[in-house]
Amino acid sequence: MCSLDLFPPPLNGDQVPLYEYNNEMVAGTGFDNPPPSFQSALVNIPELTIPIDAVKAPGRMELSSKTAFIHHKESIWKRCLNAWHNVGLAGFLEEMSNSKEEVPPWLCHVARCSLAVCRSVSSLHGSLFPHLTMKSEDLTAEFSQALDWADSPLRAFAWHPHTNKFALALLDDSIRIYTAGSPTIPTLKHRLQKDVASMAWKPMCASVLAVACQSCVLVWHVDPTSLSTRPSSGCAQVLSHPGHSPVTSVCWSPKGGVLLSASPVDTAMLVWDVPTESCIPLQRVGGGGVTFLSWSPDGSKVLAATPSCVFRVWETQKWTCERWPTLQGRCQTGCWSPDGSRLLFAVKGESVIYSLCFSVSEGETQAGVGGSQSATVVADVSEVVFTTSAGEIRVGGDIQSMCWDPSGERLAVLLKGNPEFEESQPVIAVFRTRNSPIFELLPCGFIQGRKGETPQLFQFHPGFHKGALLSELWSSGRVNHFPFYFVNAQCPRFSPESSAVVPGNTTSIAKPRTLFTET
Amino acid sequence: MTMLRERQVLRWRVAASLAWSVILLPVCCVVFIVLSQIQILHPIQWLTDSISDLTSSYTIFCLLLISAILGLQCTFLMEYYTVVPSIPCSRLALIGNTLLPHRIVHSLAHVVMGVLASWCCAVMSKGKYQLIVVSCTSLPSEDESDKPSLCLNESHLFQLLCGAFFGYCYSLQYFVHNMNYLSFPSIQQYKYLQFRRCLPLIIKQSSFQSLYFTRNYAILYYLFGNIPRTWIQTALNLHIDRQQPSLDTLRGLLNLTVFYQIWLSGTFLLSAWYMVWIFFRIYTTEARIFPVQTSFAEEAEKCLPFILSSNTLPLVKYLAMQDLVLLSQYSPSRRQEVFSLSQPGGHPHNWTAISKECLNLLSSLTSRLIAHQEAAASNGRMKVPSSPKQTRKSSSSSGTSLIEDSAEQTQKLSTVPRIGIPSLLKTTSLKSSLDTGSPFTPPGVKRMSESLDPNTPWHDSVQSPHIMRRSAKLWTSDSSVQKNGSEVSNLSPVTLSPVCNGAKQGIFSTWFQHKLDQIKNFLSKRGLIMYLFSKHPEASSEDVFADAQIHIWALEALSHLVAASFSEDRMGVVQTSLSAVLATFFTLQEAVEKHFKLPHASSKPVRNPGSLLDSSYKTLRFSLRAALKTAIYRITTTFGEHLHAVPVSSEHQKKLQQFLDFKE
Repeated sequence: MCSLDLFPPPLNGDQVPLYEYNNEMVAGTGFDNPPPSFQSALVNIPELTIPIDAVKAPGRMELSSKTAFIHHKESIWKRCLNAWHNVGLAGFLEEMSNSKEEVPPWLCHVARCSLAVCRSVSSLHGSLFPHLTMKSEDLTAEFSQALDWADSPLRAFAWHPHTNKFALALLDDSIRIYTAGSPTIPTLKHRLQKDVASMAWKPMCASVLAVACQSCVLVWHVDPTSLSTRPSSGCAQVLSHPGHSPVTSVCWSPKGGVLLSASPVDTAMLVWDVPTESCIPLQRVGGGGVTFLSWSPDGSKVLAATPSCVFRVWETQKWTCERWPTLQGRCQTGCWSPDGSRLLFAVKGESVIYSLCFSVSEGETQAGVGGSQSATVVADVSEVVFTTSAGEIRVGGDIQSMCWDPSGERLAVLLKGNPEFEESQPVIAVFRTRNSPIFELLPCGFIQGRKGETPQLFQFHPGFHKGALLSELWSSGRVNHFPFYFVNAQCPRFSPESSAVVPGNTTSIAKPRTLFTET
Repeated sequence: MTMLRERQVLRWRVAASLAWSVILLPVCCVVFIVLSQIQILHPIQWLTDSISDLTSSYTIFCLLLISAILGLQCTFLMEYYTVVPSIPCSRLALIGNTLLPHRIVHSLAHVVMGVLASWCCAVMSKGKYQLIVVSCTSLPSEDESDKPSLCLNESHLFQLLCGAFFGYCYSLQYFVHNMNYLSFPSIQQYKYLQFRRCLPLIIKQSSFQSLYFTRNYAILYYLFGNIPRTWIQTALNLHIDRQQPSLDTLRGLLNLTVFYQIWLSGTFLLSAWYMVWIFFRIYTTEARIFPVQTSFAEEAEKCLPFILSSNTLPLVKYLAMQDLVLLSQYSPSRRQEVFSLSQPGGHPHNWTAISKECLNLLSSLTSRLIAHQEAAASNGRMKVPSSPKQTRKSSSSSGTSLIEDSAEQTQKLSTVPRIGIPSLLKTTSLKSSLDTGSPFTPPGVKRMSESLDPNTPWHDSVQSPHIMRRSAKLWTSDSSVQKNGSEVSNLSPVTLSPVCNGAKQGIFSTWFQHKLDQIKNFLSKRGLIMYLFSKHPEASSEDVFADAQIHIWALEALSHLVAASFSEDRMGVVQTSLSAVLATFFTLQEAVEKHFKLPHASSKPVRNPGSLLDSSYKTLRFSLRAALKTAIYRITTTFGEHLHAVPVSSEHQKKLQQFLDFKE
């Protein structure tokens, strides 16, 4: 089992790690060129900083907009009707029990009694699933994969699965789309686009982006050839379903078919057929909601975490599921190996990484998840104290999110750190992994930010040919891309910049096969 | 032979769905009986009454009768189901659709079933609704005191008629909302889970709908209730109970218990029917596995390639296509069979048959789309005076005179403001009437498939859009006759006749034309006529894509197979048709994109989430567009730069490059 004290000690001072080469983290103060054998791999991906001052959280005063208007005395029935419309039955009852002098005393009494019953019932329900009593924004902050979702200027990030293009959701509820080598940066804004918790680009498509918002899922169609910087809200499809808000996670089928969306207050996860805007709810009893979804890269399984101590693994042919109760806490995050045979997940309250194996069915597939009987602990990330020249550095703690690179050779883990100690900072720990013939997890190194920065969120580039490229979002509003230079054992997947790769390193490039022989 | 066996398969499925609904029927009955005898103040008596009712013999009889009704319902479902929805283009067509003879039979049968079922409800719920004849509460007039005093139980009659009304409304809704259209689910699930998901929807829908129907029925009975009552009364020689208020008065209608009873039995009736319908839909759309190849020659017609290319039931063809999609996605071993070579000879028969069938489907859609665009474009071009020249240029010499005539006709017609009735008068119908007689109407499908062959001069024909358009146009007229022919001749026989006369160029015809225009002008200003005849703007677009489900499957199946062939096809059988596949996809994509530039093609209908009735058939065109793009990207992302080695025309080469660059 791998633990954090096997790691090389983290850097201190002004130096920050720049890239990994020869199994070592190379540090420096500014960016210098990559090692010569990998120079051709440079892709022109924008590194950017979005200053915190530039994005302001919009004032959220919808419910309290009443204060802006002069108070006007209305009749009790009108007020009751308004309360019914705005808050529902509870509001109606409350309004009625509050205005004692205007309604008959028996009605007031009845209202008060039924309100009490309502409250006790809802508190009972709430005690079963405490998250149901939270506000929508807090729910999103709690279950988002970002470390500090509520205050960070950057909230969500998504690489396009095939091209050098990524979407970045900001604190002010706008989304910007950056394309390598293109000066236009479309900014997406929509009336319903609030509290973006996650985003996903549709695979097998150039331009479709699904956004998990507070009240709905928005599906943007961003024309890649368009020069417009503000696509109209007509380019977005609104997918909403009663009782399905806030949406905290969306993911597409890797084969480019259906879209899944999950909400912590809805026990069903929805399978959307986006063009027809129709959905099929997949409901199972227990859990109280679905917080996080992750589709395995081979498209055969989906991880669905719930707010309580249970998570499910669905298979996608017949949509049946296996239920995994975890004892310690809810499943916080998880990630799949490239062939979909292994799931790594982390549980809130435990500083370990669990691994779960799934049998890969050969030949004729029968519907079934095929998980192994028990999960094994593969890494221990509990707190470790490194003593360096500048003093002690504490590293480790709870896991916020995990990400496995598409070739299955690097695993990035965002560790929350311990808030009780000042010297314990959130940090990204990177493991070297191997999936076959046996699963191995070896330490690689820590990635820290500049002074005063904490990592928020990260994602691996889906088609980086010279190893792996980790895009990190920092609390200062900086997005940078951290390359790991190594030779991919896997055959490189197709992506459009592959023609730019100079065939200098013979190992990583497959001979271009010619399909047709001239006769 | 195959037809027979396939019908057998369908029968088994229907029988299974019927069995399940009959099994669930007693549960519904229990709920109904318990609810109908509700006595909140005497809960114990309520329960004992309900239990004694449940075990009584007439409840059993009613159960049997309702099961028989459900059986009949199932036969109707089996006879009337379709895999292609019918889309009426105007309100008049909608009304006309419901008046077709076989649909009237459906409605009548449902009326009868409704009456029977509500009689069962009345009997099961006991109380005062049980019998049509009751002894009068008051003494009738003194002169008849010697006779046994029998009165008509109006509540019973009210309920029976209500059943008839519910039956008719259900049947009407069945056709208006295309409930006979089988929509296949986008994901595969077990039948139990599908039904469990639908159950709350069934209850919700039937209770709400029962409420609406009850309201409408009450209004109807208030207005015309005395007619059936007097009729029954005189037929059976019964009296009217004068002590009870009559139900077609306001005072009588405000009887809440009657309403509760009616609503409850309506909910029971509708939920039983919906349940049968849901079971039918779940069972018939269930995936079925067809063998890809067999070693026995006599079983060859059970195989997937044979069924795809044969003319079996449309449902079987759809099931085969669905199976093809599933195997192309999930089953490597069956994919291997698709890519395999025949044992003596080494020919890829399976792949050839499957790919040919899929490509034929897609190219027929392409030509239909082009035809539709032609029709729409010429509709819009009618006002432009230069249009006849264009038409003439594109037509070949032998057809010039005919086309010219039609062009002149269109010019004349163009004086008519294109609103109301004139919109029914498509130019296609004009041209078709002329073109059907002309000697050069090649079958479009054949032409398309010929031109897709890379050996024939396909590249040239692609580069000259005129030729493409011409061939399509000729085909257009041909197809529109077949497709819309009946509709056109049904609705506007008058509009066709002047054209034939106009060809003779008589003075009479011009006069007649003039008069006709005047009449049309006059009519088009009348509100009701406008209302009935005004075309639903999206209808034509929906109509073109009505059977798009099978095309979507063809796209998905082909693209998945081609993508899988990259690593699984050891013999290279797919490579031989790769260029044909790409060419078909690109041509279709061009046609689809052009179609979406037409007005109203890209406007979406209003969606109502959480409804039992699905309206997915209205948005099939969007699904097709998305599926097409995904299919092309699936091939380009898998093959990558290797696709440059595939011979495609230079126009498609450009398109291909755009897809490789992710710029589409």
